Amino acid sequence: MTAILRRAFLGLLALFLAAPLIVVTGVSFNGTARMNFPPQHASLIWYGNFFSDPGWMSALTLSAVIAALASLVAVSIALPIAYAVWRFNSRAAMALQGLARVSFLLPAVVVSIVYLVFWSALGHAGHIEDTILSHAVVFVTLPLTTIGLGFQSIDSALIDAARTLGAREGDVLRTVIRPIILPYLVSGLVFVFILSLNEYIIAYMVAGFEVETLPIKVFNNLRMGFTPTMCVGAVLFMLLGVLGFGAIAWVGDLPKLLGGRTQGSG
Amino acid sequence: MRRWQLSVLLSWPALATLALTVVPVWLLLRISIAPPDPAAPWGAGLTFEAYRSLLAPDSIHALRRSLQLAVVVGIVSVGAGFPLTYFITRMQRRAQVGWLVFLLATLTLSDVLIAFSWQVMLSKRIGLSRIFVALGLMQQPDSLAPSVGAIIACLTYLVIPFTVLTLYPALSQLDRSLIEAARTLGAPAWRAFTSVVLPLTRVPTMVAFVLAAVLTLGSFVPPVALGKPEHWPMSVLIGNAALAGHNLPRAAAMSVLLLVVTALLALGAVRAVRHRPTP
Repeated sequence: MTAILRRAFLGLLALFLAAPLIVVTGVSFNGTARMNFPPQHASLIWYGNFFSDPGWMSALTLSAVIAALASLVAVSIALPIAYAVWRFNSRAAMALQGLARVSFLLPAVVVSIVYLVFWSALGHAGHIEDTILSHAVVFVTLPLTTIGLGFQSIDSALIDAARTLGAREGDVLRTVIRPIILPYLVSGLVFVFILSLNEYIIAYMVAGFEVETLPIKVFNNLRMGFTPTMCVGAVLFMLLGVLGFGAIAWVGDLPKLLGGRTQGSG
Repeated sequence: MRRWQLSVLLSWPALATLALTVVPVWLLLRISIAPPDPAAPWGAGLTFEAYRSLLAPDSIHALRRSLQLAVVVGIVSVGAGFPLTYFITRMQRRAQVGWLVFLLATLTLSDVLIAFSWQVMLSKRIGLSRIFVALGLMQQPDSLAPSVGAIIACLTYLVIPFTVLTLYPALSQLDRSLIEAARTLGAPAWRAFTSVVLPLTRVPTMVAFVLAAVLTLGSFVPPVALGKPEHWPMSVLIGNAALAGHNLPRAAAMSVLLLVVTALLALGAVRAVRHRPTP
């Protein structure tokens, strides 16, 4: 009885979560310009349109560049903080960590106004670096969390053993800490990359007219009138996401990277 | 490690965090008490006009709608996300990874696209209402959006992956022997759940609820795409004041109000978790 209820619950939820993905994918294969689902006269014309339209391609490239740089900047902020917290119990680092986490816990619209005001006050609104830095700081909490989990997972006996065997600080960092932290660092990068790729309101407020990212272009298109072309971008992102997280799950231990129990224990 | 080395290590993170959190919030406070002048928003002058306009009925109603949405989405997403996470942590490893990748994949779609696909799913011509008619739940196909229900469905969808990610570590590391002990002592499954699992996961559950509420309070696209102006929460008013109205002081004052509300909500949650007596 409870097993049936559990299956029904999981099935319904899976359907709920899959429905928009199915709709978007279905619409992208439509043969006509109307919004049809299930798709009629299935075709790949919108895929052709997407890849031959310089507007869509530049939005896609722009989004990818912003997301890649934002994730690197976010990790460059998170890694030293997480290291100082773990290694030295530094109060300054803990304070910075708390402060860095705050911006993710503010309502997104408020953050977008905050950064609109900030970049306008600097007289620098409407540049790509505004979007990159704003995204990096807003999403820095994700690498802080994953890298923090990584440091916590290090067995202190390993470090002691390395020291006893004569390893210096630099050797320990390179040979013990780096390989353990790397997967957590990569998953932090991937999280920021994906959230930045899809972020709309902050990107729109700080530089939406000059730096048209893919979500901004999609939303502008929705207002002007519908074309299935925008669903092609969505399908590509989805594939990218599944491949990215799937790859992490394949080479690493995804449950452990997300803070779950380690494989095999208990 | 010497002090100067630590300073060097933390110099870039400190610079970036302070420059991009403290300074912008301070500027937000400053512009919220400036006269609305699109040409020179940084001009001298001091007025509480923007704050006074928050007392107008439209702002108050928008704030009420924001809070209602936040509480409903918080309850629905934790109500569905908690059992989901619990079941996931009890699955075989393969199934667990499959669900986690699936949930993370839903994160790869922008809220813009999720809102659009809800528009499609709730439309009259091809939407859910046709299924409801076939099931006998509705007389004839009808458009189910714009409506408050549509906004709630879409926001819940967007929030659930974050709910699961927040609850996953706690539920995954939960000591299973405690549940088994309760079961061995004769407690039915639901009783073991309410008296062992829930009390042990109070804090992450409250964090998940607050996160859901905050994501809802800050959402702009779903209410615009799936609601009518009379459904719009504070966040849409803020966006529109800045974009369409070019009234930065008003947008800033409303933002400050929403910040205060968020802080109160988070504090209330912290107190609720702390002061609840353990059963």
